[in-house]
Amino acid sequence: MALNERRLIRAEADFGIATKLWRVSWVYILLLCMLAGVGYVALFSAAGGAAEPYASKHILRFGFGLVLMVAIAMVDIRLIAKLSWVVYAGGVALLVLVLRMGHVGKGAQRWIDLGGTLWQPSELMKLALVLALAHWFHKASWERMGNPLFLIPPIIALLVPVGLILKEPNLGTAVICAVVGGVVFLGAGVRWWKVAIVVGAILLVAPIAYDHLHDYQRARIDNFLYPERDPLGTGYNIIQSRIALGSGGMWGKGFLQGTQGHLNFLPEKQTDFIFAIYAEEFGLVGGLALLGLLAAIIVGGLAIGLRCRHQYGRLLALGISTNFFMYVFVNIAMVTGSIPVGGVPLPLVSHGGSAMIMVMIGMGLLMSVHVHRDVEFEDGRDEL
Amino acid sequence: MKRESKRTGVFTRRTLLIAGAQLAALGWLGSRLYQVQVEEGARYSTLAEANRISSRLIAPPRGRLLDRFGSVIAGNRQNWRALLIAEQAADASASVEAFARYIPLTDTERNRIERDLRRHRRFIPIVLREFLSWEEMARIEVNAPELPGVLVDVGTTRQYPLGPQMAHILGYVAPPNEADVAQDTMLALPGMRVGRGGMERTHDEVLRGRAGAVQLEVNAVGRVIRELDRQEGTQGRDVTLTIDAELQASVLGRLGEESASAVVLDARNGEVLAMATNPSFDPSLFNSGVSQAQWVEWTNNRRAPLINKAASGLYAPGSTFKMVVALAGLEAKAVTANDRVNCPGYLDYGDRRYHCWSKGGHGNMDLRGALKNSCDVYFYEIARRTGIDKIAAMSNRFGLGTKLAIDLPGTRQGFVPTRAWRASQGKAWNIGDTIVCGIGQGYIQLSPLALATMTARLATGRAVEPHLTRAIGATPSSGARPEDWPSLGLPERLLSQVRDGMWAVVNEPQGTATIAKLDLPGVQMSGKTGSVQIRNVTREQREKGYKSENLPWELRPHALFVGFAPHDAPRYAVALVVEHGNAGAAAAAPIARDIMYDVLVRDPARRAEPSPRLAGRS
Repeated sequence: MALNERRLIRAEADFGIATKLWRVSWVYILLLCMLAGVGYVALFSAAGGAAEPYASKHILRFGFGLVLMVAIAMVDIRLIAKLSWVVYAGGVALLVLVLRMGHVGKGAQRWIDLGGTLWQPSELMKLALVLALAHWFHKASWERMGNPLFLIPPIIALLVPVGLILKEPNLGTAVICAVVGGVVFLGAGVRWWKVAIVVGAILLVAPIAYDHLHDYQRARIDNFLYPERDPLGTGYNIIQSRIALGSGGMWGKGFLQGTQGHLNFLPEKQTDFIFAIYAEEFGLVGGLALLGLLAAIIVGGLAIGLRCRHQYGRLLALGISTNFFMYVFVNIAMVTGSIPVGGVPLPLVSHGGSAMIMVMIGMGLLMSVHVHRDVEFEDGRDEL
Repeated sequence: MKRESKRTGVFTRRTLLIAGAQLAALGWLGSRLYQVQVEEGARYSTLAEANRISSRLIAPPRGRLLDRFGSVIAGNRQNWRALLIAEQAADASASVEAFARYIPLTDTERNRIERDLRRHRRFIPIVLREFLSWEEMARIEVNAPELPGVLVDVGTTRQYPLGPQMAHILGYVAPPNEADVAQDTMLALPGMRVGRGGMERTHDEVLRGRAGAVQLEVNAVGRVIRELDRQEGTQGRDVTLTIDAELQASVLGRLGEESASAVVLDARNGEVLAMATNPSFDPSLFNSGVSQAQWVEWTNNRRAPLINKAASGLYAPGSTFKMVVALAGLEAKAVTANDRVNCPGYLDYGDRRYHCWSKGGHGNMDLRGALKNSCDVYFYEIARRTGIDKIAAMSNRFGLGTKLAIDLPGTRQGFVPTRAWRASQGKAWNIGDTIVCGIGQGYIQLSPLALATMTARLATGRAVEPHLTRAIGATPSSGARPEDWPSLGLPERLLSQVRDGMWAVVNEPQGTATIAKLDLPGVQMSGKTGSVQIRNVTREQREKGYKSENLPWELRPHALFVGFAPHDAPRYAVALVVEHGNAGAAAAAPIARDIMYDVLVRDPARRAEPSPRLAGRS
């Protein structure tokens, strides 16, 4: 006990802002800058070879996001942990608010007007869910993990936002949210079969929730699941996106030489379909290079979790990295026409302010885990 | 500490597994990328540098509506039209202006084009002008270089070869509105139409079909170089109706200039063979939008051409309702067929006197005689004995005052009162109201379609439902066999007592409708007339010698007739209402006779092929 205290005090004393900055993984930040740079290039091309209106804004936002990220990284992880459930409650409140009075845009009620820009509370909710679950399992002793009753509160904490997001309806985000939550359960050591039961239960409940939806909400979900139902909308996007990809070939047409995107065949090219623009001009080689960069960021995030010495940080890193992975996977799978369109952007590449800020907040939390990886952090292992 | 290391160990193991899974997923994306960009990419790489691909959707032809013998009653014809694709025009409104120089556009058209340009995505073609003449097409093609984004193509438009004859059954099609497009984005395609009213609406989804897509190679200014890939849409399926188009034409012809409607049913299965409403309108006028003047003309016409009087017109049934009153009384044992009621020409009840149509009275009447002479006093008395609720219940069994299962939108249900209904209005039911209902007056309101259904049920004893759909595509609809319909559950003895009375109406000397006797060997029609006043006759008028023919047209009584034939093996049922036709016997019965004659000679229920057109009976 005495030893522990001494170490703790020493850690506090050593932890000036300079030390913290020293402990930030600048290599990781470099990777993020590279990704944002790819975004700049692709958006420059999407605007027909101009920095306006997308690329310049993009890089400005990224700069702001970077400052935000480093600032969050300086916040003590134990303070963040204390606020976990507050953030969670706020996220749920915003979700309820958006259902009551949010903007209806692109066929769903999922936007909140915040100082002129539209925000999707469901983006915040994914982070809030990871924070809350990490906090719960951090406090859990290994014995209590074995008790099924102990798992009920986190399951409810998972189901409430998933249900609310489903009602917007935003099936894509709801699925991502459920997967991210499930992965945190796994990382916490919940047995595989228990996680399987939870996932199975969600699958069982989903059709009942579906029945309670309005007809127009149901139509949106159907359009998501079967894009061929809607050949002028989402189906059109997929066809055009595949043509853009396909005409890129192995080496691509070269920077600013793409035609499909420039001719406006590809709608929403600067947001969800930015990857198609990029891959048309830089070909398979460029696409694989970008995939490699994204893989490095994901694996780097998971590695931060592995190096962390407290459960809260470990689960946080796992959840945030998985969230990032889900963005990447759903977006590129959608652009290649492998899964139905989900309205999910490619992080740090797609044009869009609120998504960028949320990704950078997540990165800030991840970096805080890294900076505070060795701090002494009381958990539930001695409680019975 | 040991526990903690266990927890760490589990986390590490699982994170490594999850990382492996995520990397594998990214690897799979890489392989997908290879597939799309390199393997399938060859398909696109042959394109010339300057050319690009454009996807265009093609609207499917709308399914046809056929009569029971396969004659087309709603088809498609070619429609040359000028379209504008915004994404292929440098400046869409400039293209519209240029177009207007060659083909002048009205302000209404300009407003619609502007609205369409705002509402639709840039790759969806917008209609500039439909139904182009050859000369107009030539003008557009010659000046094509000045009209970027404008193209001429051929679509289809709805055509109704029989014009007004079928208008009320078929309904019409019109361009989709915003709510329609929100339901089904395919409707945004030029030339798509939505069924409004009638069979066009009932079967809209079947008829509509699914859009196909063409992939086109277009050059830098958007002109089509060649077609790369074509996915044919599926044509809408044809729908076969139960209507006999020739019979329909013949019935409508027989209605002449009257404001009238008639329904002919196959009494055994409820198939609607003809449903004619006069006057009518031409449904193809709706295709491109109806002019204001035309609309005003239709809505101000006191003979109401837009209303399907056969299914949506409600009338007091008058004496045609007496069969139902009789059956209610017989079943309730309030009367037997042989019981006699004395008719002195009126019935006094409370402080009111209820008159029979025959001033001097009919004397002692049994059921048969009362039906044959249409004696009002007899039915006043039977109704009084039976009570309104039993009469209403019997009416419902005959399809009166209840919802019919008919597949025609806009059909009105009609109304038969009950004590409970009157109580719900906060008023007490009077026996006087029951007495008036005994002769089909008072609160009762029924459509000719409901009366035809009643007649078919009387004739066959089965609860047939009228219907207009015979087959969708190649799939026959159910309900074509008589066994498909349940029995009414009335004893055959009671039904035949009533049918016997109806036989006497037409076929016995002094019956009220002997004029309707068929001039066919061995085939007899049974029926019943009805005349309904639309305003009360005061005692003063009655004493002065009231004559309804002297009234202005819109105050004259309606004339009704219901009947079925052949009497001994019922096959067809007919109901007819001539608005303000004065007396059922004089105005309606002869028309009904001619219609029934025509039906029997054509015999559409038994034949598989249309008959050679018959010469109209003089």
